[in-house]
Amino acid sequence: MSRDRANPLDYSRKTWMRLSMGFTFVFLYFPIVSLVAFSFNDSKRNITWQGFTLRYYEKAFDNAQLHEAFLNSLIIAGISTTVSTILGAMLGLALYRFRFPAQGPYEGMVHLPIVIPEICMAVAMVAFFATVNMPLGLTTITVSHIAFSIPFVAVVLRARMAGFDHALEEASYDLGATQWQTFWNITFPYMKPGVLAGALLAFTLSLDDFVITFFTSGPGSTTFPIKIYSMVRFSVTPEVNAASTVLIVITLALTMVALIIQSRSQGNPHG
Amino acid sequence: MADNNSIISIRDVVKRFGSTVVAVNNVTLDIRRGEFFALLGPSGCGKTTLLRMLAGFESPSEGQVLIDGDDMDGVEPNKRPVNMVFQSYAVFPHMTVHQNVAYGLKVTGTPRAEIDDKVDEALSLVQLETMARRKPDQLSGGQRQRVALARALVKKPKVLLLDEPLSALDAKLREQMQIELVHLQKSVGITFVIVTHDQNEALSMADRIAVMEQGDVLQVAPPSELYEYPNCRFVADFIGKMNLFDGRVTGVRDGKVVIHVEAIADQVAELALPHDEKASGEVGIAVRPEKIRLSVEEPGDQPLRLKVKVTELVYYGNESHVFLETTSGARFAANLKNESRDTHSGIVSGEEVWVSWRPEDTLVLTA
Repeated sequence: MSRDRANPLDYSRKTWMRLSMGFTFVFLYFPIVSLVAFSFNDSKRNITWQGFTLRYYEKAFDNAQLHEAFLNSLIIAGISTTVSTILGAMLGLALYRFRFPAQGPYEGMVHLPIVIPEICMAVAMVAFFATVNMPLGLTTITVSHIAFSIPFVAVVLRARMAGFDHALEEASYDLGATQWQTFWNITFPYMKPGVLAGALLAFTLSLDDFVITFFTSGPGSTTFPIKIYSMVRFSVTPEVNAASTVLIVITLALTMVALIIQSRSQGNPHG
Repeated sequence: MADNNSIISIRDVVKRFGSTVVAVNNVTLDIRRGEFFALLGPSGCGKTTLLRMLAGFESPSEGQVLIDGDDMDGVEPNKRPVNMVFQSYAVFPHMTVHQNVAYGLKVTGTPRAEIDDKVDEALSLVQLETMARRKPDQLSGGQRQRVALARALVKKPKVLLLDEPLSALDAKLREQMQIELVHLQKSVGITFVIVTHDQNEALSMADRIAVMEQGDVLQVAPPSELYEYPNCRFVADFIGKMNLFDGRVTGVRDGKVVIHVEAIADQVAELALPHDEKASGEVGIAVRPEKIRLSVEEPGDQPLRLKVKVTELVYYGNESHVFLETTSGARFAANLKNESRDTHSGIVSGEEVWVSWRPEDTLVLTA
C-alpha cells in the first residue's frame, strides 16, 4: 500500500508553504479590496459600512476639479509615454548593439534614476528648472516624467533584446535589404513586445507618480494623484475611494492589454 | 591576374582584430567556378572570419577579395553577389516559410508576379512546397535549414556561403543532408563555399578542401589527395588518424631517402622510402592506421615489420581499433576490418603480434 506522499520538492503541498502564501496574498490585497469595497459605502465618514451606493462615483464624475486633474494626468502620461518610449527604446537598442568606450559606467549611470530615491530626483528637477528659469507647470511635470521613465523603458528593451539572434539582421542585410529595411522588417517586429511593455510601464509610472509631480507642479497643473491627496487631507470620503478605484481599473485594464499582446507574440519561439 | 576560371580570388588577405589578434594571416586562395569548396579547420582557425569577409560582414585589414573579377573592397553585404546560410539558420521567426523565401526578392524590388513563381521554384528545389504557409516554429531543424537554403538560392547568387550548416542536426539527418547538399549544388551549378570543423563533412562533400590553422591555409587539395598526401604534420594529424614519428634523413640510396627513426630503431634500423623531394634533416614519418597490417606469424617478406604487444582492442562491430606498443615504447594504432566473423582471432589484448606496412604507404613530412 503506497500512500500519496509529498515529494521533497513538492513545496506547494506543504502546509507551512500554503499558509505563508495565503498570508502574503491577504497582506497584499486586503487594503485594495477594502478600498474598492468602501467606495460603494453609503456613508460620509467612511469608517463603518452603512450600505451600498453608487452615489460617490456619480459625485466623483461630477467633480470638475477631479475631471481637470484626471485630464492633466492623461495629457502628461500620454506625452511622456510617447517621448520616453521612443528615446528609451533607442537607448536600450544602442546599449544592446554597440560597444563603445566606458560603456559599463554609462550603462550604470543610465540606470541610476531607477535606484536613487525619488525625492532626490524631485529636488534635482526643481533645482534644474529654477536654473533654466522654467516656470513650473504641465511642461515641467511632463519633462520630469520623461526623464524618469526613459531608464525603465531602456531596461525592459535591453532585456528583450538579450534573446535576439543578431544573425537575423545579418541574414536580412545579406539578402539585399538596406539597414533601414532590416530595422523595420526584422529588428522592430522583434522589439515590439518590449516596446509595448516599456510604454505601458512608462504610462502607469507617469499616471500614479506623486513625489516628483508634487515638486514640479505649479499653479493650475494639478494631477490626479495630487488631487486625491488634497482631497484626503480634508476628509476620507468614499469619493476618494471611488476615484482611486477608477485609477486601479484603468491600470489593471492596461496591464491586461499588455499581457494579452505579449502572450500573442509568444506564439513563436523567439517571441 | 585572376584567371577566368576562379569565381573567388582571395589575395594576400590579412584580418586583424585589435592590434594583437591575427585571425587570418596572409591568405591567398582561388575558388573555381562551380565547385564545392570547403574551409576546414579547428575552431578559432579563422575559417569563419574568412567566410564573413566573402559575405562582407568583415573587411580585410590587408589584401583583396575579388568575386567574379570585381574587387569587393567597400562593397556592402547587401550589394554582393553572394548569399549566406547561417549556422543558426537565422530564419525570420515572424514570417511564414513563403515570406522568408520571398524576403530577399521583396526588399530589392522584384515585381510581385515574379516573386511567387521564384519562391515556388526555390521551395520545390528543397522539397518544401507543402510547407509554404507554415511558421518556422512549426518546422523541424532540418526543414528550417531548407528554408535558409531556399531563401539564399532564390537570389541566384554567384556563390553560396554556408557557415557550419550541418552542426545543429543530429547524426542521421546530417548524413542525409550531406548527400542532398551535394546533389543540390550539382543541380543548381552555383559555387558552394562551406565552413566546417568536421573533416568527414568536408571529405564527403567537397571537390576541394582548404585546411586552415591559426589563420594560415596549410593545404588546398581534393579530399583523397588531402588524406593520402598531407603536406605537413598538422594536416596529417588533423585529417583522419595517423601514426606519427620523428625521423632524421641520413642519406640517399638507390633513389630512396634513408631515414633513421629513433622510436623504432631497435627493430628497424633504417627506413628506405621513395620520396621525390630532396628531403633532409628532421622529418616526420607517418602511416595511416588502416594501412598497418597485423599478423600472428612474422611477415618475412615485409621490410617494415615490428614485434609489438597489443595494449588495447576496441571493438566497433564493422571494425576494431587496435592499440600497440613495442618493447622500446613506440606506440602504434591500427584499424582492422572485421571482414568475416572469425578474422583476427589471434589478436588479443596482451598478446604479442607483428605489425607491418608497405614503404609506399609511408609519408615523409618535411613540414
